[in-house]
Amino acid sequence: MTAVVVDNVSKIFNQGRPDEVTALAEIDLSIQNGEFVSLIGPSGCGKSTLLRLIADLITPTTGTVTVADRPAATARKEQEYGIAFQQAGLFEWRTVRKNVELPLELRGVSRSERKAKAEEMLELVGLADFAGHYPGQLSGGMQQRVAIARALAVQPPLLLMDEPFGALDEMTRERLQSELLGICATTGTSTVFVTHSISEAVFLSDRVVVMSARPGRITAAIDIKIPSRDEAGRQAPAYFEKITEVRKALRS
Amino acid sequence: MRRVLPPVIVGVLALVLWELIVTLGRIAPFILPAPSAIWRELLAQRTNVWEAALASGTNALVGLVAGTLIAILAALAVSRSKILGEVSVPFAAVINALPIIALAPILNNMFESTSSVPRRLVTAIVVFFPVFLNLLRGLREVNPVHQELMHTYAAGGWTFARKVRLPGALPHLFTGLRQASSLAVIAAVVAEYFGGLQDGLGARITSAAAFTAYPRAWAFVAGACLLGLTFYLVTLLLERLAMPWRQSLIS
Repeated sequence: MTAVVVDNVSKIFNQGRPDEVTALAEIDLSIQNGEFVSLIGPSGCGKSTLLRLIADLITPTTGTVTVADRPAATARKEQEYGIAFQQAGLFEWRTVRKNVELPLELRGVSRSERKAKAEEMLELVGLADFAGHYPGQLSGGMQQRVAIARALAVQPPLLLMDEPFGALDEMTRERLQSELLGICATTGTSTVFVTHSISEAVFLSDRVVVMSARPGRITAAIDIKIPSRDEAGRQAPAYFEKITEVRKALRS
Repeated sequence: MRRVLPPVIVGVLALVLWELIVTLGRIAPFILPAPSAIWRELLAQRTNVWEAALASGTNALVGLVAGTLIAILAALAVSRSKILGEVSVPFAAVINALPIIALAPILNNMFESTSSVPRRLVTAIVVFFPVFLNLLRGLREVNPVHQELMHTYAAGGWTFARKVRLPGALPHLFTGLRQASSLAVIAAVVAEYFGGLQDGLGARITSAAAFTAYPRAWAFVAGACLLGLTFYLVTLLLERLAMPWRQSLIS
C-alpha cells in the first residue's frame, strides 16, 4: 500500500482568464508507507500547492491524487491525514488540551477518550504541563508543537506539513526536527514536508523531491541515507554530500 | 490602585472646581446647580431615584437582551449567505442613520399608555445595530488557517459557525455590546420624553425641570448616569468572564 500517489497532476489557477497561472505541470509522485518526503524548491514552484492538492484543500485541473488508496476527497473526509501549517493556527479561545482535542471532537470521540488522547499527544511533544494554558501564553515554538500534537491527535497514517518550522529560530527548529523524527518513528506515520531549507530537508527526509518554478515541475528526487538522524548525523560527511547534491539539483 | 487613583483625583478636583465656580460666580441654579445641591437632592429623593432607575433599568435590560439576541441571530444568518450579506449591510447602515429615538412618539401611540413595550422596543432597535454590525464583521474575519483546518476536519457549516466563527467573533460582539449597553440606558430614559408610561428616570427629569426644580432634575440625571455606568461595567465584567483567554494574556 502506498501512502500517496499523485498521477500526472496539473494545476492551473484562473483558467481561461488573462491572469492564468500554471502552478503545477505533469506531476508524478508516489510516497511509500512510513516514508518521509520533503518538497523543496524556490518560492513559486508550487510545493505548497502540491501539498494542498494532497490535502484536498484544492482540486487538480487534470490528473488524480490518491491518499491511502482512496481519492483525496474521501481521504480528507475520513481524516486520513493530519496537517500543520507555517502558522500554528491554534484556536486562541481554547486551552492547549482543547485545541488538540478538536479533531477528535469533530469525529465524535467521547470526552474521556479525547482527554486521554490529547494528554498523550502533549506528552509526546513535551508540553504535558501546559495542557491548561491558552495559546496566547505560549512561545511560537511551543505553539507549533501544539499544532503538531493536534495534527497527530487522530493518529493519521499521513502527516502533511507546510513549512511548519519556517517561523522559528534555528535552535528551536533543530530541536523540533529531532522531536518530529522521533514521533514519526514511534507512530510509523508517512510524512510530506514542504520546506525551503536544504539542510532541514536533508536531515529529515528519506527522499528529497526538488522542484522548479514556472511551471512547477519535479526536477529531481534524491534518496537520502545518512548514518544517524542526530547530532552525529548533522556532522557526517554523507549529510554534507547530500546537501551539496540537493543544492546542485536546485541550481540546475 | 495606581490605575484607580488618578481618575478619582481628577474627578474630585473637577467637582470642587464646579462647586467653586457656581458659588463664587453666583451662577443661577437654573443654569447650573452646585454639586452639593444636587447631592442633597439625590439623598432626599433616593427612594424616588431608586424606583425610577429600577423601572428604566428594567426597560433598558429587556431591550438590550432582546435586541442583542435578535442581532446575534441576524448576524449568524447574514454571515452564512453572500446575498443576504450584500443586501443587509447597506440596508442596516441606512436604518442606523435614522434617529431611532424619533420613533418613540409613533411607537407610543401604537400601544396603550400603560404599556412598557414602546420604550423597550426603541431600546431593542437602538441596541440591534452596534451588535449586529460589529458581530457581522467578526464573523466574517475568519483566520484563513482556521478555515483550511476546519476544511481538513470535514466540518460542516454549522459546526464551523459554532466552533470557530462565533468564539472568534466574541471580541467583536463585546465591542458592540459595550456601545449598546450605554445606548440602551440612554434610549430607555429618553424614550419617556415622548410620552408613554411615565415611571422611569426620563419622566422624572422632565417633570422636575417643568417644576423648575433644577437640582432635583440633575439628581435624576445623576441617577441615569449611574445606571448607564452600571450597565457598562456589568458588560465589561461579562466580557472578562466570557473570554478568559484574553484575561490570561494580560497577566
